[in-house]
Amino acid sequence: MSVSKPVQYVGGELNSLVKDWAECDVRWCLMYPDAYEVGLPNQGVQILYEVLGELDGVLVERTYSVWPDLEALMREHGIPQFTVDAHRPVGAFDIFGVSFSTELGYTNMLNALDLAGIPTESANRTPEHPLVIAGGHAAFNPEPIADFIDAAVLGDGEQAVIAITHIVREWKREGSPGGRDEVLQRLARTGNIYVPRFYDVTYRSDGHIDAVAPNRAGIPARVSKHTLMDLDAWPYPKKPLVPLAETVHERFSVEIFRGCTRGCRFCQAGMITRPVRERSIDTIGAMVDAGLKASGFQEVGLLSLSSADHSEIGPLAKQLADRYEGTNTSLSLPSTRVDAFNVDLANEFSRNGRRSGLTFAPEGGSERMRKVINKMVTEEDLIRTVTTAYAQGWRRVKLYFMCGLPTETDDDVLQIADLARKVIQAGRTASGSRDIGCTVSIGGFVPKPHTPFQWAAQLDHATTDSRLLKLRDTIRTDRQYGKAIGFRYHDGKPGIVEGLLSRGDRRVGRIIKQVWLDGGRFDGWSEHFSFDRWMSAAAVALADQPVDVDWYTTRERDRSEVLPWDHLDSGLDKDWLWQDWQDSLSDVEVEDCRWTPCFDCGVCDTMGTDIQVGPTGRTLLPLTVV
Amino acid sequence: MGRQPDARDVAPAVQRLRIHFAKRGRLRFTSHRDFQRVFERAIRRAEVPVAFSAGFSPHPKISYVGAASTGAASEAEYLEIAVTRVCDPAQVRSELDAALPTGFDVIEVLEARGGSLPDRIDTSHWQVTLNGVDPREAQVAVAAFLQAESIPVERVLKDGRRTLDARLPVVHLGVVGDLDATGCAILDMVVRHLTPAVRPDDVLAGLRQVSDLAPPLPPLVLRLAQGHLDEFGKLADPLAPDRDAAAGADPAVGIPATR
Repeated sequence: MSVSKPVQYVGGELNSLVKDWAECDVRWCLMYPDAYEVGLPNQGVQILYEVLGELDGVLVERTYSVWPDLEALMREHGIPQFTVDAHRPVGAFDIFGVSFSTELGYTNMLNALDLAGIPTESANRTPEHPLVIAGGHAAFNPEPIADFIDAAVLGDGEQAVIAITHIVREWKREGSPGGRDEVLQRLARTGNIYVPRFYDVTYRSDGHIDAVAPNRAGIPARVSKHTLMDLDAWPYPKKPLVPLAETVHERFSVEIFRGCTRGCRFCQAGMITRPVRERSIDTIGAMVDAGLKASGFQEVGLLSLSSADHSEIGPLAKQLADRYEGTNTSLSLPSTRVDAFNVDLANEFSRNGRRSGLTFAPEGGSERMRKVINKMVTEEDLIRTVTTAYAQGWRRVKLYFMCGLPTETDDDVLQIADLARKVIQAGRTASGSRDIGCTVSIGGFVPKPHTPFQWAAQLDHATTDSRLLKLRDTIRTDRQYGKAIGFRYHDGKPGIVEGLLSRGDRRVGRIIKQVWLDGGRFDGWSEHFSFDRWMSAAAVALADQPVDVDWYTTRERDRSEVLPWDHLDSGLDKDWLWQDWQDSLSDVEVEDCRWTPCFDCGVCDTMGTDIQVGPTGRTLLPLTVV
Repeated sequence: MGRQPDARDVAPAVQRLRIHFAKRGRLRFTSHRDFQRVFERAIRRAEVPVAFSAGFSPHPKISYVGAASTGAASEAEYLEIAVTRVCDPAQVRSELDAALPTGFDVIEVLEARGGSLPDRIDTSHWQVTLNGVDPREAQVAVAAFLQAESIPVERVLKDGRRTLDARLPVVHLGVVGDLDATGCAILDMVVRHLTPAVRPDDVLAGLRQVSDLAPPLPPLVLRLAQGHLDEFGKLADPLAPDRDAAAGADPAVGIPATR
């Protein structure tokens, strides 16, 4: 009678919070619906945890998915889903906030609700149950979980959680008039919070959505995302959680900017987080200093969707490297583009010695493919970049690609092998050594809502797999370079389920429920994921519907189709997205609006936001070195 | 710029500190690896000037001695660190204790005055609480255990199943407390450290084998002390020589490390 890695359930992390229950009148439980080792480092949850924790009278704790060994014991002994902070039952909180950066956490949410004793369907909850609120990128199309959540927050959460707290507090102080419906109406009237129960979806006989419309007065027809302006005013996390257990990221991460306007057409994150809002160099410097002191971490990650694009990344890298020289503190830049400048940055960051591998993401194997996805990287760019890297002592380069992009053929994917060969060739010449390598890492493309590819057909998993195997064989049989090229790929089946959940509508909720009932948990983990379970659940759940899994995934949509997320406003103009989709099909590229005129994607106009970029010209304050 | 780092100026160690700490409460669920990470971060937060190894991937110079296993609490854990600047042991104690989470509690810090810490630790004194077991029942099992010449028990190790003799290293085993109590038996055991180590769990497996003692609830394991088992059957405090030296000699300033 024991569970693996019990430390993940004990709480007690440095900088965690335990407040007095009775002295707080609004109590939040935040969940990242995956294992503790993945969920604890999640930046979004850590930020909201700290923002809420700073509020007087607000209690906030966290919970994560429990592994099946503990779940079995909990069910046997009647122990409910609990928080790690003070081991309180999740069902006793006012608000249960679940953060979804991936749709594959949906079954874990159902399991947590059930373990908590909260009815899985929103309609079956009573005023004693917590309000179940979803957030994160997946909340931009929460229709597949519309029956299970009470509300979804679109966009940045910092101010949204404070607004929700005020509304819930007010409603509780008034004696909770009108029950759940009333408090949800108050939330919905903010215009940034989506309450699925207040919208009716009607379908045509062919299975297409006819309309999505509010079913009562005072509910906005469209729900807008919330955008946090002035990141300098919100320097979170200040005191990062430092776990006792080992987690996937053991570092202090600082977001150096939010949003991205590179315009990569496959990238949902880049589309829904516009515009670019930079954090200034001096705020970043102060956050890094305070965060390291508060945590004792040895590594700093400078996060964003494309970190080298910060207007002062050069001075920032140099000044941080100077500051921490000789302290065994390392710096990392998780997302970098193919650009020789990034090699300079990486050199700066590896001053202390670790010069192991560099990662670049050309995403598309052929020049034509990269135009389709608007990833403006030429072969010359890539070769020049890797030549610089190998010449300066880097020995391994990792290249990320996607398979199954719109209009892709076998040949587009096989060109990845040519590219890898040229990379090795350039590396051997530049370094004068044969001891260099390149790893090709490739996964299946999943079309996402609120992107120009939201209309695209997803490639079926059989074709994805066959393309990947052809590429693998081409690389393996290359006598001259094959041994220097590593190949990693993900098979196409999980991508189909992700595609189903990403672009699904409310009918997909029945599939999720069925999968969970059939034992589905931890769908992001290959050892727990079962494609067959999803397909058989879909067959059961959609038996009386004119639609099936292919209809949701491998079918191309036309312009007139009502998309399940059309009533959720990311600011992007649907006509502009359509035009960008058409442009992609004719290989027309679009520039970045940070250094070219606005191309009217619609975000700043409708959201009342603006690009916030430097340079500020300021420098980091010198710190006294102990 | 080459792949190798420039010749690093590695500050030499000038002092070694021996640290006695406890693992209490919910932190007994931490593994040794968990503790290592937590301790290294606490060292950084407390700004203890720990020395680093030279080379491509520098590591702090921390030597751990016989860590209690995951799930066991302990009043007697030991480690030794090397520092690049002479420190006041009492100050290191209070700063490290403040930087560590409650449950990892630093009891004493002493300057190493020669000798090897691992050489002073060969035996553990354990207390094992068996909820749901009557003391009399436990006593019968203990008597059977002590009468056996050897008690082979199986355990899964990294390299597969191994058979250990649970009887061999047990120097003392007894039931303590009120023998007429019901529902809770407390075992007191002194076990020598062998390779592979026989842990309290293995002794419990041995008890089950000799007399079907099967506790209905997980046992609570607590290490009370570690040290050298002297010829009188007593455990010697492994830090006693360092404490005596500190009390008798000059204040711990500027004495170079002996190792």
